[in-house]
This record gives sequence, structure tokens and C-alpha cells, in this order.
Amino acid sequence: MNPTTVLLRRGRVIDPRHGVDGVRDVLVRDGVVAEVSEAPIQAPPDAQVVDAQGRWVLPGFIDLHVHLREPGEEGKETVLTGSRAAVAGGFTAVVAMPNTKPVNDSVLITEYVKAKAREAGLCRVYLAGAITKGLQGEEMAEMGALVAAGCVCITDDGRPVMNAGLMRRALQYATQFDLPVMVHEEDLTLSGKGVMHEGATSTRLGLIGIPPSAEVAMVARDLVLLEETRGRLHVAHVSCEGSVRLIREAKRRGLRVTAEATPHHFTLEDEAVGDYDTHARMNPPLRSRQDVLAVREALADGTIDAIATDHAPHGVLEKQVEFDKAWNGVVGLETALGLTLAAVREGALSLTRAVALLSDGPARAFGLPGGHLAVGAPADITVVEPDVEWTVDATRFFSRSRNTPFHGRRLTGRVAQTWVGGRLVFENGQTKESRS
Amino acid sequence: MRHLLGIEGLRRSEIEALLDRAEAHLHGSPDASHVLRGKVVANLFFEDSTRTRTSFEMAAHALGAEVLNWTMAGSSVSKGETLLDTARNIEATGPVALIIRHRSSGAPHLVARHVRCAVVNAGDGTHEHPSQALLDAFTLRRRWGRFDGRTVLIIGDILHSRVARSNLHCLTALGAKVVLCGPPTLLPPGLESLGARVTSRLDDVLPEADAVMCLRVQSERQSESFFPSAREFSRLFGLNAARAERLKPEALVMHPGPMNRGVEIAPAVADGPHSVILEQVAHGVAVRRAVLEVVCR
Ligand SMILES: [Zn+2]
Repeated sequence: MNPTTVLLRRGRVIDPRHGVDGVRDVLVRDGVVAEVSEAPIQAPPDAQVVDAQGRWVLPGFIDLHVHLREPGEEGKETVLTGSRAAVAGGFTAVVAMPNTKPVNDSVLITEYVKAKAREAGLCRVYLAGAITKGLQGEEMAEMGALVAAGCVCITDDGRPVMNAGLMRRALQYATQFDLPVMVHEEDLTLSGKGVMHEGATSTRLGLIGIPPSAEVAMVARDLVLLEETRGRLHVAHVSCEGSVRLIREAKRRGLRVTAEATPHHFTLEDEAVGDYDTHARMNPPLRSRQDVLAVREALADGTIDAIATDHAPHGVLEKQVEFDKAWNGVVGLETALGLTLAAVREGALSLTRAVALLSDGPARAFGLPGGHLAVGAPADITVVEPDVEWTVDATRFFSRSRNTPFHGRRLTGRVAQTWVGGRLVFENGQTKESRS
Repeated sequence: MRHLLGIEGLRRSEIEALLDRAEAHLHGSPDASHVLRGKVVANLFFEDSTRTRTSFEMAAHALGAEVLNWTMAGSSVSKGETLLDTARNIEATGPVALIIRHRSSGAPHLVARHVRCAVVNAGDGTHEHPSQALLDAFTLRRRWGRFDGRTVLIIGDILHSRVARSNLHCLTALGAKVVLCGPPTLLPPGLESLGARVTSRLDDVLPEADAVMCLRVQSERQSESFFPSAREFSRLFGLNAARAERLKPEALVMHPGPMNRGVEIAPAVADGPHSVILEQVAHGVAVRRAVLEVVCR
């Protein structure tokens, strides 16, 4: 049982939205933050007291881009197992992509996933609806109904909307709901049959390359459409320098564009494919060193708003095959924090900025509650042990899938506790399901 | 050497040792027929290539081995079995080596990670074709002795050519200079970082070449718009009689076969005084004997 009153004592509170970084006591009552104080708070008699000394107390992480695979591919992941992986990774909220089977292009699927999420009772699960029916890129899905059912954005993620006219109207139509349109930017005529970044490594391995222009050309197109429609565009998994440059410039001109980058794209280069390691196969592909550096710079300077994992579970059957037959994607929820902190230690961005990218940035991009720790905010809190070193062991993931290129990697910084709405949902390597 | 998955990463001494063994086999190494006596070598050809398959088969027989041929047609692969399932099932029959030809780059690497027996790459996608490169190097070495100061020009579809990649690694490791020439659409990025000089101006580099390798042009590349037509390809990159005139007198002309006569190479050049194409074919078995001998040891 969780008491309704919790006092997190003497942790280092980092709340980028309010410029807080220092030792504070945080009092949580009835699921919201009741007090944040530099001076010690007298523990109320009914409070559970948590000693957070030497730990970081952060706004709960929000992942704008996860694939929970339910309905349809429950063997890879379910809303429950995905929620477990999320809270184990410090995520208090995730946005589930609509490319399930069937596709979330209707209220029925939205309601179904929401019910599964309530049943799991771990993190908050927000839904993304499809832009087009069945992700076919032909007819717009019922956006109004999806919004009414609770979808927080629309996207055909996994696929681009190749039809520019349709994309323009989707952006236009979404303005009446002030809804972000999330885009997987890939010109299919440029990516073709490509399976990895086009560069020296693809040449050496004899694999068909995907040039950066496949992404950049679509970012350019959609920014042009955004400017005309004055809608909201969210660019998913930005992978290369050209996209970063265009997004930076569009933001400077005041367009309502937000963007996300994944830990694998700011950590690994195309060389990680090694000798045909299918765990390094994803879309967009791992890019060149120059692209990685550009993405890191964009994380630091605010061009990119959010770190999103693009958590994409796959089974052994999808990965233990020839490279050109393997499916795209990596699981990411349980390694995101460690990889982000590695980038911080390497000097790519500040700790405050990193926390902002995991919490405040994504909350603002989609207008979600949380992402900060002011009084009255939902008590979604991630407590981190910053100095604990650990080794990624995919066999011990909470996720039902193990497809990660980071198995065996040493990381520093681990999630100690995850609180959602004032309820402890993860502690010391254990998830706390409400039923148990 | 446990497997032969590619030439990349082999040391010069390893390549030279293989070529030395091939030389011994070419002269009919007397004790060779015992090397694999009672052993089984499995040919797994997921892509048709009668020439390469037969060449490996002859090499295995010459070493005293039994050969099991598995081809795509009628195999369980067409029934949805994965490559690994197939490879493991065949491994269970006890071969000392799996010789794999596959459309996917890296397929032999995948198999090698999951089986205990030796794996020989007989051509994987657009990646490598190591035994072809070895027989090409063998042919050149028999003519030249040494590779230092020699320039080999490889012409055509570099992007999709496993022969080009394997030869690039092999020839540079042996000390030759390699120039790759083809239309810009068929020259992938990063070839320089692998040690090649890259150009689309055939006529500029032709007089420098001590050997010229013409690659087979696949007709489907035309429909994929890598170049406008076979005629235009031939005009710009074909080794025709006029170009052959501009070769060094002692320059050698090679082709991994099968040839599109009149496209990448003119018939008169293929059969002309520069050509060592038939020698290449003749050397295939000796080189593959050497390969099997080394990986099965
Ligand atoms: Zn995705």
C-alpha cells in the first residue's frame, strides 16, 4: 500500500522548468506536489519518509515515442510489459505509437489500449492516433474522434506520409485541435531498399545505403507545409545534420516545430553495424560521426526538444536473420537514462539540459501534464542514484524483447524509484503493480 | 583460419600462404587426396551459380571429401525455414565445412556465429567473393611474380560487385594499387577509405593499368536507372577494341564471368592477346582446394 503523503528528504532536486537545482525536501500529497522546500520539512504524521540524500529527485521522464505492440504483437511487448520497462527506466509517461495490429486509427483501439494501461497501473500511457486510415497514406483518419478519445498527437510513425497534398491538409485540419502532427521523415524514393546509412561502412559491407537526403528532403518539405498551414509539427527521431539545421532555422523563424532524438542516434555511429549486427538496424539508420555530433549539439542548444526512445521491441525471429531481412528497431526504455548521462559526462550537454530533454521538453512539446515539480504538479517523480555503475543485461529487461545494441555496455546512473501520481511504481529493481 | 568469410582483414602473409598452397595444387600436390578423406563438405547455394558450385565441388573431391549439394529449389527454405535453421540442420549431418552462396550480404557471417564447422563464403550479396579474388590474384601472381608497383583497374558496377570488394582488399593487401572506375551512380561513397582510387574517366586511367578487370553488368541496373542504357554503358565504360589499343602492351585483361560480350567487354578483347580469362577459370579449382585445406585443417 502506498500512503497518500510522501516526504522525499534531502535529495538534489533538478527542475529545469523552474530553474531549480539544489538540495530540497519534496512533499507529495494526494498525488500532487504539495511543497518543495530548501529548509527541511517537518514530516506529517501520516507521511512515508524517503531518504533521498545523495540522490537526484527529477521530474518524471516522458517518452513521446514508444511502441507497445498491443494489440496484435503481444509476443513482443504488451501494454503491461512495456509499462514495466518504462517505469524501470524512470519514465512516468509514454506516448504509444499507432502502428499496432490493428492500427490505432479509431476510438475503439484508443479505448482498448487505455483500458490495458489502466489495468497495468504503472505509468501514464498516452495515445497517438494515426494520421491516415490503416497507415495507408491515402485517407485521413477521424482526427476529431481520436482527439475526443484522448489521443495527444497523430502520426503514421514507421512510415512517411508521401502524399504532400494529404500531409498539408492533415497539418491544416489538426490546427482546429491544436494537435501536434508527428512525422517519420523518409522519402521512400530516396531510401529505396536501403538498410543502413549510406557511407563507407555500407560500402564495405555491401549493404544498400540510405542517404541522409531521404530524411532531410522530407523535413524540408514538411517545414514548407508547416509555414503555410501554421500548424504544429513534431519531427520524430532526428538522425542527421541536415535535418537539425533546417529545424533550427525554422524555430528561429517562429514556426511551431518540435523535435526529438533517440539515445541510439546520439550514441552510436553507423560503424556499430560491425559485422552485420542486426541489433544496430533501425530506421532512420545510425548515421555518421558528423551527424551524431550535430544531433548532440541540437540537444544542447534547444533545437531538439525531447529525448525519445522509439522503443521498438522485436523477437529473435525478426533479428536473428540476414541483415537485409531483419526488422528495424531497438528497445530503449531501460537504457535511455544511462546513455543520456553518458553524453552528459562526455560534455555533450549539461545535466540540467539532459533532465529537461527527458521531462520538461517532451511535456511542452505535446502539452502534457508533468515534466516539472512545482507545487500542484502531478507527483510524477524519478529518483536517480547518479553514481551507481551497472552493466546492461538484455536478458534481465522488463521489456518482453531483448533487441538492443547496448547489451554488455557499462553505464553509470540508475533509477532508484519511480513515482506516478504519488504512488511508488518502481523501486530497487522491482515494479510495484497495484494488484500485487 | 577457421572460416573464410571475406578477404577483408586477412594479412598479406595469410593470402600469400593460400596462393602458395594453390600453386602446389596446380602442380598436383601428391598427398592432397588424403586431406579430407572420409569428410563431408556441404555446398549451400541459395543463389544459382553452377560455375562456383562445381569448382568447389571439384576441389572438395580432389581432397578426398564427399560433397553434399543443397540448393534452393525444393529446400525447406522455400517453406519458411530460416537461414539459421537450415544451416544448423545441415550442420547436424556432420560436414567439416559449409560453403555458402547467398543473396544477402553477411549471410555467411550470421551462419558462422552459430555453427561449429568451418564456413566458406562463396559469394554473399554485394559484399565479398573471396575465392574469386584469390583466383584473380593467383592468376596475376603467376604472370607477375610480385604486385608492388602494379596497378589494377576494375571497371563497371562497383556498387553491386562483391568481386570488386574482395579484389580491392586482396590486391591492396598484396601491394598493388587499385583504381575503380564506373558511372558515379555505381561508385558508392567511402571507397577511398578502403584504399582505392576512384574515377569515372576510363580513358584517363586506361594507359596506367597493368591489369584490367571488367565486371559483369546486370541488365536490371538499367531499369533501376543507374545508367540509361546498355549501349551508353558500353560507349562510356566498355572495354572495346579501340580502348584495348591504348592499353600497355603487356597489360592483362580479366573478367570473373559470365561475360556480356559486347557490353562490358568486346568479343575481340575477351579472346584477344591481353586476355587471361580462361586462365582464371582454370585456376579456380586449385585455389578452392587451398581454401578448403586451410579452413578444414
Ligand atoms: Zn517509431
